[in-house]
Amino acid sequence: MSDTITKDASAPAGDNTPKTEPAKNQKPERVASLWSDAVRDLRRNPLFIIGGVLVLALIVISIVPGWFTDGSPFANGACDLSHSLERPSAEHWFGYDVQGCDNYTRTIWGARNSIIVGILTTTLVTVVGSLLGLLAGWKGGVIDSILSRFTEIFFSIPTLLGGMLIMSMLGKGNAYTVSLVMAVLGWPQIYRIMRASVLANKNNDYVMAARALGAGAGRITFRHILPNAIAPVIVVAAISLGVYIGAESALSYLGIGVQSPEISWGLMISDAQVRFLAAPHVLLFPAAVLSVTVLAFIMLGDAVRDALDPKLR
Amino acid sequence: MGRYVIRRLIQAIPVLIGATLLIYALVHYLPGDPVQALAGEKRADPIVAEMIRQRYHLNDPFIVQYWNYISGVFQGDLGESLQGRAVSDLIGDAFPYTVNLALVAFVIEAVVGVAAGVMAALRKGKFLDQLILISTLLVISIPVFVTGFILQLVLGVQLKNDYGIDFFSVSFNEDDGLRAYLLPAFVLASLSLAYVARLTRTSLMETMRADYVRTAVAKGLKRRRVIGRHALRNALIPIVTFLGADLGGLMGGAVITEKIFNIHGIGGLLAQAVYQKQGTIIVGVVTLLVMIYLVTTLLVDMLYAVLDPRIRYE
Repeated sequence: MSDTITKDASAPAGDNTPKTEPAKNQKPERVASLWSDAVRDLRRNPLFIIGGVLVLALIVISIVPGWFTDGSPFANGACDLSHSLERPSAEHWFGYDVQGCDNYTRTIWGARNSIIVGILTTTLVTVVGSLLGLLAGWKGGVIDSILSRFTEIFFSIPTLLGGMLIMSMLGKGNAYTVSLVMAVLGWPQIYRIMRASVLANKNNDYVMAARALGAGAGRITFRHILPNAIAPVIVVAAISLGVYIGAESALSYLGIGVQSPEISWGLMISDAQVRFLAAPHVLLFPAAVLSVTVLAFIMLGDAVRDALDPKLR
Repeated sequence: MGRYVIRRLIQAIPVLIGATLLIYALVHYLPGDPVQALAGEKRADPIVAEMIRQRYHLNDPFIVQYWNYISGVFQGDLGESLQGRAVSDLIGDAFPYTVNLALVAFVIEAVVGVAAGVMAALRKGKFLDQLILISTLLVISIPVFVTGFILQLVLGVQLKNDYGIDFFSVSFNEDDGLRAYLLPAFVLASLSLAYVARLTRTSLMETMRADYVRTAVAKGLKRRRVIGRHALRNALIPIVTFLGADLGGLMGGAVITEKIFNIHGIGGLLAQAVYQKQGTIIVGVVTLLVMIYLVTTLLVDMLYAVLDPRIRYE
């Protein structure tokens, strides 16, 4: 869809009331900028506060899971087969899984892989996608055509099927390989957004002013175009963090993601699936924690979107 | 229009070649020996193994193998599996299930998603709007396979045991016809449905503020006509884009749903092929999905011109 679509965007009317209410501790010239507006919006948004608290808690849990559980699930004697599939109790909130391991301990220790995958994949996708998108949008011409065809190749390969192949080629399933695979298949999305955003920005007056003042290509790209074009990228990246965490669990569920003895929520759900009817608690607790995690990241992403793009509200 | 379509089709060829080359290379460098995999645990008979290698040209350099394969594809021949079955037969057996599943899911997604989005947008901030916003957020957060298990338990097992309603089956049964696809298709559609509902809501809310909608109201048109002919038609463009890209995604994403409900579609075929390192099957399936993706994106771009006469293709 790179060419010949001519559509004059009908700009939405209204909503242009300036929101300047200068606070005492802010420098006056910063008040009107997109970013300071966004930060102020975020601080007031309950979505951001709830999501932020949950995400912070999850990050702490994934760094020091030992603070929240009695023992490590990898310790000798952590599992006791005589407790297999026991129901939740006051001492063991989430019950036991089929191997007699404490479900709560495993769920807590499983947070780390999900958080690593979410953050690492989003970082890789954003860096690669925006750099290539910036290059294609700014240079145009042959580079743009080649890069866009190249992107389409990756875009056209179905994620799960491509992931299945690359994972079996890499062999080792852990949080890092899973992130790499999802990043390889995921960057075209950011590329497209960045490219479109650069194209929309590059003919603006401030770019011409910078060029007239003698700024080089590098300075124009990174000091002028990038900061103005990156808002839509951040919005999509923030929302996809949660989506990637969900995708990791889907890959692990299919048996091609994180591999045992590593702990992953997707893997726990997959293991518990066989006895779902007899012992639903083994599946439902990690599934609930996983859903809350994804929800928290999506709430954060939604809040960022509302702050950076007030038109969408 | 005709020239535009031809140019798009020509542009699609390098993408198709690139995607197949990539997948072919990945399969080629998969660790393990496919011929040994045929023999299972036993050591493969060296003479038989050599015969199989000769027959499928497995000793040729990578690029020669790929050339043989792709020239076959352009002549409509997808090759053979190492067991000697035509890949087109294997795909022909599995693909109808995946296509049916994806199509039913697509209809559910489009109809329910757009309807929910329109209802939410027209009652902005009211109870129904909040309900749709919250429930779509929940659906997006819960992984598809968990939704699948829960619906299987509630609709497939409990409904039957507690109320004697044997409508949704736990496991897929071909003889039930369309009814057998309903529950799996709903599970498959759930995530995209939530996206479509939210996208429709935002898009329609934005167009309702446009000048031409105000003009239509000022002309004294009925509310139905203002919304249906003026607002919704313009709001549909991003939704059609999403739906078009998603049709291919539904077929690729059906792997999980097929596993939950035990449907023998291309997901199972592909998983088995990856396990046995059967390159021709893997590349055949992926080629097909890539072609579907390319055709649907072209159709979507052509649909734009129907929805919005300001968009022209020269």
